[in-house]
Amino acid sequence: MASVVADNIVDFELPMVPLDLTKRRRIHWGRGLILWLAAAYFIIPIYAALKFSLQDISGKFSLSPITAIPSQPGLAAAFFLSMRLAFVTLAIVLFLMVPTMIYVHMKMPRFRRFMEVVTILPIVIPPIVLILGVLEAAPLWLKSSPYLLSLVYVVLAMPFVYRSLDSGLGALDVKTLVEAARSLGSGWISTIWRVLVPNLRSALLSATVLTLALVLGEFTMASLDLWETLPVWIVDFDQTNAHISTAVAMLSLLGTWALLTLIVSIDRSNSRRRRRIRAS
Amino acid sequence: MKIPSPLSDGTSTPSGVDDKDRGGRHITGTLVRSLRTSVPVLPFLAYITLGLLVPTLVIINLAFRSDRGALTLSNISTIVHGGEYLTGFENSIKLALATSIIPAVLGTMLAYAIAQSRFEFLKRLVATASGVLANFGGVNLAFMFVATFGANAIVTSWLARLGLNPWSHGFDLYKLWGVAFVYFYFQVPLMVLIITPALNGLRPAWREAAENLGASRWRYWRHVGVPVLMPSVLGSTFLLFGSGLSAYATTEALTGGTIAITPIQIGAYLQGNVISGEEHIGYALGFGMIVLLLISILGYVLLRARSSKWLQ
Amino acid sequence: MFVNKLKVSVAAGLLSAALVGVSLSGGSASAATSCNTAKSAAACGGMSALIKAAKKEGVLNVITLPANWANYGAIISDFSKKYGIKIVSENPDGSSQDEINAVEQDKGRSSAPDVLDVGTSYATSNLNLLAPYKVATWSDIPAALKDPQGRWFDDYGGYVSIGCNTKIVTTCPTSFAQLTNPPYKNEVGINGDPTEASAAFSAVFAAALANGGSFDNIQPGIQFFATLNKDGNYVPGGSAATAESGTTPILIWWDYLQDSIKQALPTWTVNIPTDASYAAYYSQAISATAPHPAAARLWEEYLYSTTGQNLWLQGNARPVELPTLVKNGTVNKTWLAELPAAPAGTVTYPTLAQLATAKNTVAANWASAISGS
Repeated sequence: MASVVADNIVDFELPMVPLDLTKRRRIHWGRGLILWLAAAYFIIPIYAALKFSLQDISGKFSLSPITAIPSQPGLAAAFFLSMRLAFVTLAIVLFLMVPTMIYVHMKMPRFRRFMEVVTILPIVIPPIVLILGVLEAAPLWLKSSPYLLSLVYVVLAMPFVYRSLDSGLGALDVKTLVEAARSLGSGWISTIWRVLVPNLRSALLSATVLTLALVLGEFTMASLDLWETLPVWIVDFDQTNAHISTAVAMLSLLGTWALLTLIVSIDRSNSRRRRRIRAS
Repeated sequence: MKIPSPLSDGTSTPSGVDDKDRGGRHITGTLVRSLRTSVPVLPFLAYITLGLLVPTLVIINLAFRSDRGALTLSNISTIVHGGEYLTGFENSIKLALATSIIPAVLGTMLAYAIAQSRFEFLKRLVATASGVLANFGGVNLAFMFVATFGANAIVTSWLARLGLNPWSHGFDLYKLWGVAFVYFYFQVPLMVLIITPALNGLRPAWREAAENLGASRWRYWRHVGVPVLMPSVLGSTFLLFGSGLSAYATTEALTGGTIAITPIQIGAYLQGNVISGEEHIGYALGFGMIVLLLISILGYVLLRARSSKWLQ
Repeated sequence: MFVNKLKVSVAAGLLSAALVGVSLSGGSASAATSCNTAKSAAACGGMSALIKAAKKEGVLNVITLPANWANYGAIISDFSKKYGIKIVSENPDGSSQDEINAVEQDKGRSSAPDVLDVGTSYATSNLNLLAPYKVATWSDIPAALKDPQGRWFDDYGGYVSIGCNTKIVTTCPTSFAQLTNPPYKNEVGINGDPTEASAAFSAVFAAALANGGSFDNIQPGIQFFATLNKDGNYVPGGSAATAESGTTPILIWWDYLQDSIKQALPTWTVNIPTDASYAAYYSQAISATAPHPAAARLWEEYLYSTTGQNLWLQGNARPVELPTLVKNGTVNKTWLAELPAAPAGTVTYPTLAQLATAKNTVAANWASAISGS
């Protein structure tokens, strides 16, 4: 089993190109330039927004917009609503997609082509069209619940979840793993839970990270469904206090990033430790 | 040379699974068996039907209804004959093309450059940043760029001090190209995100093998790198096209509706008018976007077929 | 948030269409006193009878009234103290749609909302959920700002105004005509997208009135901004943030909302344009299924009394009966002085049909007029 949990799991991490020590190291000017330009393009706007938000009345630098954040009306409710939606979405999408994809990889490979095309659609169909269709079609009792959004976010998350899991499963010999586990007397659920899921950890993690990022950033649908999620709150509050709302927007961007990096890093160090234990 | 990349040929089965029905001589038996085989994917199919197919059909249906519910073609004809709607589609397509092809190239270069880095933590940071930024947009993104590249903003004034004020050289943040420039902020990370697994499929061993056999860098890319990556790059570009076509909160916040793109027009009819009974024009525009997407899916399939021929 | 209401008040459409179809299953079940269904205070025996009935109920459920907006915090505590009626304030940051949803879903429960404060379009599209009632000062509310049967009546609002940062702009513009002056190059913004946001749409309507247009013809307003854009004065995509950051040191917005910029930017000055007065209001309504119908009616009487109207004024909102208060000399002069001066003469308002036509015109022509494509 340990051989399967190998380093070459196709993974959310960017590919590792091993350092070739035998050859002279080329200096890659072009590569460096790309990285620096990209860094400037992505970081300067964040800097500009932070510079605007961290001002007091006289226009001087101040942390008061940040210290004022916790007491803003409605923010806590919006934050927790977004969190609840994120976790419900994540639970549904994994519960739906993981067993389906394992099964498809084992028994119906031809169905993958269909899934691949179908799971592109949520990215290409404009959210504004999709949510209007959903609101027209959904029954009233569902429409009055914020979790309708979760149900729609599941569809939006499918492209990312499908691609993560497909890569992960592609790198495993699912059939052999399952047959080995089954012949040792393991039931289906425990096969999935104790054999496949640990081997798919990276893929699941990547699916999780992408789903959380999606739900915590989605605006159009939440605003049309008239629920005040965190992104909707930020936009609404812009009319009350632009400094604070910009500060919240930047904090939520950087905070989500930090949180996801933390999740990925914890997983990395765990898996390294596990590997070491197994090796010894 | 099958690789498990996200948008590669969906039939690749690295684990060697084969679903050919070996014993299926009797057609009915095969049918029953394949139906039974399909049972576990039913929840997925049901979800897609309810969450994607039904809402889409509802929109299509409403596009052909008058506000009294009778079948009509008048909404469609309003759109075809109303110049502003055609302008909207034209602008949307331009924007989607500009914000898919360019970010596809830039994103692939960036992902590759990151991949070559020796810093593990940098890779991790970029990977999660891509996930977050690919989902960022709207009012805050628009404001970030106004504060950075606006007429009197930070970067503009830096460049102006160097005598290179972009605004006096034809740059306008509030025009279509300016909007495209802002879209790169989520389109490039989206590309990095979805092309990275494909770059993973580019095993270093292949390159070493090619080099050992005396192949030049160019020959490696021509015969190995590009053919392996091409389906993924095309598929990702198409995905970016769809994302560029459907994004709208950013354009609306940045331009205050002064650039007509279809999603904003849809929003204007479906959010803005409570009384008028003109919502159906919004639905018809939605239907127009669905048709546009079907056409582009067709174009994508053809392009992929053509490119795989070219690469052989 | 309150501002949310403003946004969604134009953004109804979706759910309301479905809600209109739902009919009520009759009036209030327990008609203990006539005050529960009375269409005015007089009809249930005068104010004292109404107060008595309301005190007996003892509770009033209000919804989506943020304490820091339009002075609702002070209004709620003053009403409670005056009549000894407990006010339960639910979901203070909700939207107009939340209010309608709550009326629908909480029907029959004692926690259901009694009174609503909604964008007018929400009231007009949900008439069957509302009880008709006319406050004592009914005749002081302009006819265009109320339902003839009293199912909704406007409460407070304000004018389209021109805000300006005196730190950047030396002379603040006081009319639409002045906005075209060359010194305002790259400075003039409107808050939001007029095809979707009511504040921005109203700015275009006001510009139309200043440029020979009328409630039936908004096109001159669109034309005005097209010219402004060609001259380089107009900056697209304005917002409170761009106003504060200096990207749009001149911003056209509701006067009572400009106050939020002023709090962050003391050099912000607000003028109502001399060449166009365009005003809009929110609406009050009583739920037809209110669990405390007498308290709800008393609440409305209180809001439309001199005290209630002046308390709104203190919150920088312009109460609908302000002209009467000014005429009678009952207005609080300190609070009035804090508002930007309103233009003289009677204000007129577009009908709902005129609004719909104008919105469609803007939706169809705004982008092509401004960007010229």
